[in-house]
Amino acid sequence: MSIAISLRNCGKTWPGGARGLLPIDMEITAGETLVLLGPSGCGKTTLLRLIAGLELPDDGGTVLFDGKEVTRLPIERRNVGMVFQSYALFPNMDVAANIGYGLRVRGIPKNETQKRVAEMLEMMRLTDFRHRRIDALSGGQRQRVALARAIAPRPQVLLLDEPLSALDARLRDQLRQEIDALLRALGITAIYVTHDQSEAMALGDRICVMEAGRIAQIGSGRDLYHNPANEFVAHFIGDANKNVVINGEVILRPEDLRLRPNPNGAFIITRVTFLGPVLRVMVRHDDGQELRADVPDDPSLQPGTQVEVILRKSSLMAAER
Amino acid sequence: MHDRLRAGLLIAPALAIFLAFFLIPLGYLAVAGGAGGYSAILTEPRFLRSLVSTLLVAAATTVITLFISTIMGLFLARVRFRGRSTLLALLTLPLAFPGVVVGYLVIMLAGRQGLIAEVSMALGGDRIVFAYSLAGLLLGYVYFSIPRTLLTLMAAAEKLDPRLEEAARSLGASPFGVLRDVLLPGIAPAMAAAGAICFATATGAFGTAFALASRIDVLPMVIYTEFTLQANLAVAAALSFLLGIATWAVLAVARGASGGAAA
Repeated sequence: MSIAISLRNCGKTWPGGARGLLPIDMEITAGETLVLLGPSGCGKTTLLRLIAGLELPDDGGTVLFDGKEVTRLPIERRNVGMVFQSYALFPNMDVAANIGYGLRVRGIPKNETQKRVAEMLEMMRLTDFRHRRIDALSGGQRQRVALARAIAPRPQVLLLDEPLSALDARLRDQLRQEIDALLRALGITAIYVTHDQSEAMALGDRICVMEAGRIAQIGSGRDLYHNPANEFVAHFIGDANKNVVINGEVILRPEDLRLRPNPNGAFIITRVTFLGPVLRVMVRHDDGQELRADVPDDPSLQPGTQVEVILRKSSLMAAER
Repeated sequence: MHDRLRAGLLIAPALAIFLAFFLIPLGYLAVAGGAGGYSAILTEPRFLRSLVSTLLVAAATTVITLFISTIMGLFLARVRFRGRSTLLALLTLPLAFPGVVVGYLVIMLAGRQGLIAEVSMALGGDRIVFAYSLAGLLLGYVYFSIPRTLLTLMAAAEKLDPRLEEAARSLGASPFGVLRDVLLPGIAPAMAAAGAICFATATGAFGTAFALASRIDVLPMVIYTEFTLQANLAVAAALSFLLGIATWAVLAVARGASGGAAA
């Protein structure tokens, strides 16, 4: 049921001449969850919309579903499921009607639709809410309805456009786990757009980091973290600003640094923040360069203390600029 | 309690104005008809016929205007093209015209010396004249109703989340399905509101009727005739009050149907 997707030479130029996406090639294997990760305006949503059939690629670009060209096939004939950040639930229908909509417009018999809707309600723990109006639901419930609606017609591909960005942190975490379990259970090819790297790490079989309309790097979360292809990827994977580049050649993860108080050390502590699991310490070298270190809590590390910086294990990463 | 007292004091001036300039004249209008005025309406079929035909013309105007404006509004809200703002300016031009001018425009188009008459004669046919009939009146009413209705519906269509349409399409809905399930339900409250205003304006339209309605007795014309020519104040007052009540009742129904969005 799940299919492979290939993009060949797919670029997107907007009517004004701005390049939304530079021509790219991409292979997504059947059943895989691919996360498109990047800052806003990097082209990740444009790429998703090309796959969905909501945008046409520039001339010369082709989109293939299981080897069959679908470039000019409109979204309503691609059999894709889509989930939006704004939920996009139909306000004039109740929960059950929303979930059953895709089955109804495809002309599935009524009793079969009802059965499938009941399954979806059960699966998403929404059975008690089936006759609720959409505006009487919480954000988390709405997104579960949107998910149920998207997968009810058994699409070949599930496309998720920042589905959790409108939710608060705790709910986001919980729903992320539910989506993860759902994608594994369905074994469906899924493309998931987000700007949140922890979401990307948690969900993606592979992560595609995008920057300014280009693919910066595709790989597993571990790959991207330990072998970033360039400075942009190194900065984007890992908490924001967590990485430091020395001489433009080496990337140090803050958790790979240790600090030892030493009156002759070359660094001085400028700021200390206790974060719970770690102590985040900013240190400045004699030459003015700043480093960030995440170290085990240690009360002897105080602002103004001279320290030496020790590298743990093989933590140096070569990076292209 | 203190707050309520202060709120009462603050709203008192508005209430006084409402009472003095709205409720008192309206109440006076209601009683000015007197038993004679109202019984004259009931016994004289001409008056009732005029009330019914006024409401029917207004209803027809509303339906035609909504049909045209919905199509144009959805189109203009969603499609960007060169000349769009010029077209929009032209379409909303009638807002500036008094009803009499609109009537005059209809006469220039479909009157005895009008464009349509000239063209139909030149083509060897009969002289086609419909300015002074129901068709002419409808044309005039629709012409001046479109701008307001169009602007309201466009604003509503622009506020619709485009993702709703994309979601429906992703689920397999055809363009007609999107229109039926997403677009029309989305702008339905605005359609009810704009339709109600359109209806109320058409029942009360005087200038256009004055210029055109030589063969149809629409109520504002009858009221004018009874009031100025016959000096029949009681009947004029009773008719005015009935027209107001009938229009208000239609608006109340529309308000109920649109969940409070209608004027």
